[in-house]
Amino acid sequence: MLKIHNLTKRFGGLAAVNNVSIEFEANKINAIIGPNGAGKSTFFNLVAGAMAPTEGRIEYQGMDITGMACDRIARLGIARTFQTTMLFDQSTVLDNLIVGHRLRTQSRLWDVIINSKRLRDEEKKCRARAQEVLDFVGLSHIGHRITADISQEEKKRVAFALALATDPELVLLDEPAGGINPEETENLAALIRKMVDHGVTVCLIEHKMDMIMSLADKIMVIDHGEKIAEGTPDEVKNNPLVIEAYLGSDEDAAA
Amino acid sequence: MNALTKISNFLMTPAMKMVMIVAALLFPFVASNEYQIYVMALAFVWAIAVYGMNIITGLCGQLNLAHGGFFAIGAYTLAILTVDHGWAFWPAFIAAGAVGALLGFLVGVISLRLKEHYFAIFTLCVGFIIYLLLDKWEELTHGALGIINIPAPSGFGLVDFTETTPFYYLALAFMVLSIWLASRIAHSLLGRTFLAIRISDDLAASLGINLMRNKVLAFVLSTTYASVAGALYAGMVRFIGPAEAEVTHTFDMITYLLVGGIGTLMGPLLGTLAITWLTQSLQFLEEYRMIVFGPMLVVLVIFFPKGVVGSFLAWRGRRLAAAHDANTAKQAAVSKTSTDKTPATSTQEAGNHA
Repeated sequence: MLKIHNLTKRFGGLAAVNNVSIEFEANKINAIIGPNGAGKSTFFNLVAGAMAPTEGRIEYQGMDITGMACDRIARLGIARTFQTTMLFDQSTVLDNLIVGHRLRTQSRLWDVIINSKRLRDEEKKCRARAQEVLDFVGLSHIGHRITADISQEEKKRVAFALALATDPELVLLDEPAGGINPEETENLAALIRKMVDHGVTVCLIEHKMDMIMSLADKIMVIDHGEKIAEGTPDEVKNNPLVIEAYLGSDEDAAA
Repeated sequence: MNALTKISNFLMTPAMKMVMIVAALLFPFVASNEYQIYVMALAFVWAIAVYGMNIITGLCGQLNLAHGGFFAIGAYTLAILTVDHGWAFWPAFIAAGAVGALLGFLVGVISLRLKEHYFAIFTLCVGFIIYLLLDKWEELTHGALGIINIPAPSGFGLVDFTETTPFYYLALAFMVLSIWLASRIAHSLLGRTFLAIRISDDLAASLGINLMRNKVLAFVLSTTYASVAGALYAGMVRFIGPAEAEVTHTFDMITYLLVGGIGTLMGPLLGTLAITWLTQSLQFLEEYRMIVFGPMLVVLVIFFPKGVVGSFLAWRGRRLAAAHDANTAKQAAVSKTSTDKTPATSTQEAGNHA
């Protein structure tokens, strides 16, 4: 589904992502872990098109998407969420989701001025899709609430729903469980599994190890911009390089 | 349902819009003198420009400080075409809108490459350059002297727009048209697209929204609004000078927006009218009116950062949500006691139509 070849991003002298190659399979949960500042978010930004790589190639469903603009990549079916949840606080939850399906519509200014049939149909379609994804993330009971008034976990779910409203095939989740409690984290993990069961491929960055180890099919570990390991949770857990990256090279600490 | 809820619900109905339009239509009959009608007409003209600013700044989140400059461009285009080139008013009026749109496009394509405060600073400079051009390019703009004897809108022999009351109705018609279009935009997918950009460029782009195209569209819409308002202004005041492009006008419009409620539909109108009449009623204090004015603004910004309409909508939205929750809970309780059926949920519309 997603093939990364020798991806590198340099900021001046610093290589935030250095020569990373990996392949993510469809319908799997792929996780990226690594210490703070390892280059995980930069990696996401490169895949999502928020920044162009210095070197390397990104192949999505056999198509070269390297350096393509963010909005075009979104239209190709890659959606993402951000570390900080960004929503419009003043409107209702459902209202927030309607724009999610905008990229699958055609209406322009002229349609707006004459209130064309196309616009009305597309607005209906967007609203229906918003309701659908709201049901999917289990929030249909709070669709009418003002977004500023809902909990952090609910906001995370709304952000998922917004990403799903774009009809993606691959969803990039940047620290979905950041800032929420263990019980909520489990519920969110269940939701991520549900997304995969419905044919969406997930790729996530996360710091919560319990969650990752029980959730991921495949894990890639990045440290200082370089891939130091990849494999199943068990393989990664026992990899000495990974243990070193997380606990330091001190033999006592590692043991 | 208590009285407060009834009133707040009524404010959102189409009937309320009719009440407002009827009140505006009757205003010249109840005004105690012609000056009041004049002030109101002038406020309507400014309100049109403020609606333009609301599209780029309120909906799309880009603080455009050249807005007053585009107002002046509309006024000058009309004045130059009618006075120096002998155009009739209405063709010159349409040309003023077109020039505003075209220059808006050119400025937008360049300035919107910048984000946030860099965009604001850039447009501040654009506004100042517009002022300098109007002030110094004497062959075209008559320089500091300004342009006098601008014709009033042609009434085609039916009405005389040099009279205050007919002009009042003309300004009202244009303003209603402007609000109608603004409402169409705000409540459509296009408005939602602009709003997504206001939340965050990154978020909007990740939702497949082409940032540049949509920002330029919002910018061109706003400059068109501004130049149309400027052209009307020229036809009303009939004398313009470079001062029309001074940045104070832009900041006045920002104040109107903040007071009324930025990003809301009725905020620009409410803010413009409120400040205009407040300024008028404090006229006797002359320059000292700022002593009253300043603290009032400070209080408003601290306690009602969303402006009058924005605060009202937030308050109402919460009440609707709470009522919805109470209703759902009640129905759940009822169905629990009577049968074991799943509770029916009410689907009350909680959309924002103000």
